[in-house]
Amino acid sequence: MLLEKLSNAFGPSGSEDEVRRLLARAVHDKVDELQTDALGNLIAFKRGTGAEPRMKVMVDAHTDEVGLMITRIEKNGLLGFRALGGVDARLLMAKGVIVGEKRLPGVITAPPIHLTEREQRSKVLKINQLVIDIGASSEDEAKKLVKLGEVATFDTKFEVLDEGGLRTVKGKAFDDRMGCAVAVALAEGEYAVDLYLSFSTQEEVGLRGARVAAYRIEPDLGFALEGTICDDMPKKEDVSPTTELGKGPAISVMDRTFVADQRLVRLLIDQAKANGIPYQFKQPGAGGTDAGAIHLSKAGVPSVAVSVPSRYIHSPVSIASLNDFENTVALMKAALSALPGAWS
Amino acid sequence: MKELIEKLTEAYGPSGREEQIREIIRAEVESFVDEIRVDTMGNLIALKKGTGQGKKVMLAAHMDEIGLIISHVDEEGFLRAQRIGGVDTMTLTGGRVQFADGTVGVIAPEKRPEFRKDPDLSKLYIDIGATSRAEAADRLGQVVGFVRPFADMGQRVVSKAMDDRIGCTVLVETLRGLEGSPHDVYFVFTVQEEVGLRGAQTGAFGVDPDIGIAVDVTIAADTPEAYKMAMKLGDGPCIKVKDGRMLAHSGLKDLMIETAEANEIPYQLEVLAWGSTDAAAMQLSRGGVPAGCVSIACRYVHSPSEMVDIGDVENAVRLLLAMLAEPIEV
Repeated sequence: MLLEKLSNAFGPSGSEDEVRRLLARAVHDKVDELQTDALGNLIAFKRGTGAEPRMKVMVDAHTDEVGLMITRIEKNGLLGFRALGGVDARLLMAKGVIVGEKRLPGVITAPPIHLTEREQRSKVLKINQLVIDIGASSEDEAKKLVKLGEVATFDTKFEVLDEGGLRTVKGKAFDDRMGCAVAVALAEGEYAVDLYLSFSTQEEVGLRGARVAAYRIEPDLGFALEGTICDDMPKKEDVSPTTELGKGPAISVMDRTFVADQRLVRLLIDQAKANGIPYQFKQPGAGGTDAGAIHLSKAGVPSVAVSVPSRYIHSPVSIASLNDFENTVALMKAALSALPGAWS
Repeated sequence: MKELIEKLTEAYGPSGREEQIREIIRAEVESFVDEIRVDTMGNLIALKKGTGQGKKVMLAAHMDEIGLIISHVDEEGFLRAQRIGGVDTMTLTGGRVQFADGTVGVIAPEKRPEFRKDPDLSKLYIDIGATSRAEAADRLGQVVGFVRPFADMGQRVVSKAMDDRIGCTVLVETLRGLEGSPHDVYFVFTVQEEVGLRGAQTGAFGVDPDIGIAVDVTIAADTPEAYKMAMKLGDGPCIKVKDGRMLAHSGLKDLMIETAEANEIPYQLEVLAWGSTDAAAMQLSRGGVPAGCVSIACRYVHSPSEMVDIGDVENAVRLLLAMLAEPIEV
């Protein structure tokens, strides 16, 4: 499964090469042109079958994941680090990580419970109080293995949890390898419009890749594909979760970075209804996506975001549903196939 | 002019849903302009061509107002919401909201003592008179604006959304009064200012102006115990020097001051401690644009009762017309 390879791949912001290579291999025989730009965005172009001039549609998924950057090598060979993107310090202690160009296994340190005072156990250590242990016995030995500025990600292997029901899968970096896998599936279709699949870098540090990709592509419409927040755990109060597993692709109406184009929201809802595809709205407000950068490119691009709900994103491990994944592919294929006719 | 202010301020137009405002403005200006179009983001762009030898000037005022977006419908049909723009929850309880289709809702706190202690939006709900989740389910994702009627106090006027329908009014009046200017003047009524100057960013890229001037409200600091700033109602339009996101182009600012003095138009200088306007987005467009801002001092900004002085509004129009009548060299 491509999703498995993508999830397992190493790709913190700025170090997306491994992910990009996987994606290039997956799409190269399904598209007309493939290029990598100055920021490392992989842009796959698929020529439309409609008459010229054809509408240009940009479909974006980001290749990077949140991670850690090595910023300090201590005398004892332990590695200090900073967060790359939104990493929650509470989730880090005693987690396995993969470090740097050499893909070294390591562990984020934690004092053993035997030696920890009771009141310390309820406290969270800050990121600058944590270090990574790669088993090096000295500063010199560590420096032979890792350079400052190299990055690390969580050591998590993809697994299928449940073959039936919601068809749940477990892995890291579903934000946004889910979106990448959806975009690859879209390359298999035939559309009247010109399709630009942009596998964009550095989303987690500020929507940076998508910004320059949109500038180059100059699309008429923009879609951002995401693995997004899913907090459907049981709650006491009557409140809406951001998204729910198994309820289908989540359509964004508004988030921190953009207000979705009303016409594109309507297009997605109409196509979901016409094709019997379940869908849900992502709770307005929280988070941001590459649509925030795309819609402000040049003189403006009508944009929307569609997401595969993924529990526990920005942590070492997420859970998502293959049903939601496949329904997101189906909805996006239907929406792209309805263009340009459905756009007024 | 008060009639236009009333019509514009009472209409519905939170960020991203500016279409009703756009249609009102289009009807007001269409017969006075050489070209009019709506760009991809929804900005209304009206061009009045100059007599030649002039600059390409972009005037911007934003159509959108702050509001709320419905994020949850509960079992009994009560709605919960998230902010669109800088909404102060202290101004909300007991107030009303309006949907694009005209449906009205009442905003109420769960428990008053708790809300007083921690006035968080999560403690407020909107009641649209629905009796079940099913009856209100389609409201999820819809956007509401606040409801408050326009009030004419004579020299001063009060309404919701003076920020920035008063700027829209200044642009409409300037456009109607503009005769024989050498400059090609693009009157750009922008979208999504309140969520991050987004319409002005793409609008400025599209227009590619030589000069950018925003017209917006600024905080009047002439009320009891107000933060110490210079802006007052009735002292004339404010010529912006600085705000939270930009330093006005000094040449353009000086030209505004010289023009006001030469034409005996009252003015005041604005140094705003926080906040910003579409001018900040225009300034950073493409390779940079000399940008400034003419502000209208406004009390109670981002509340449903924003107050301005009608003389300041008239003098802002005079100042812009006087500037546009002469060559602009900065």
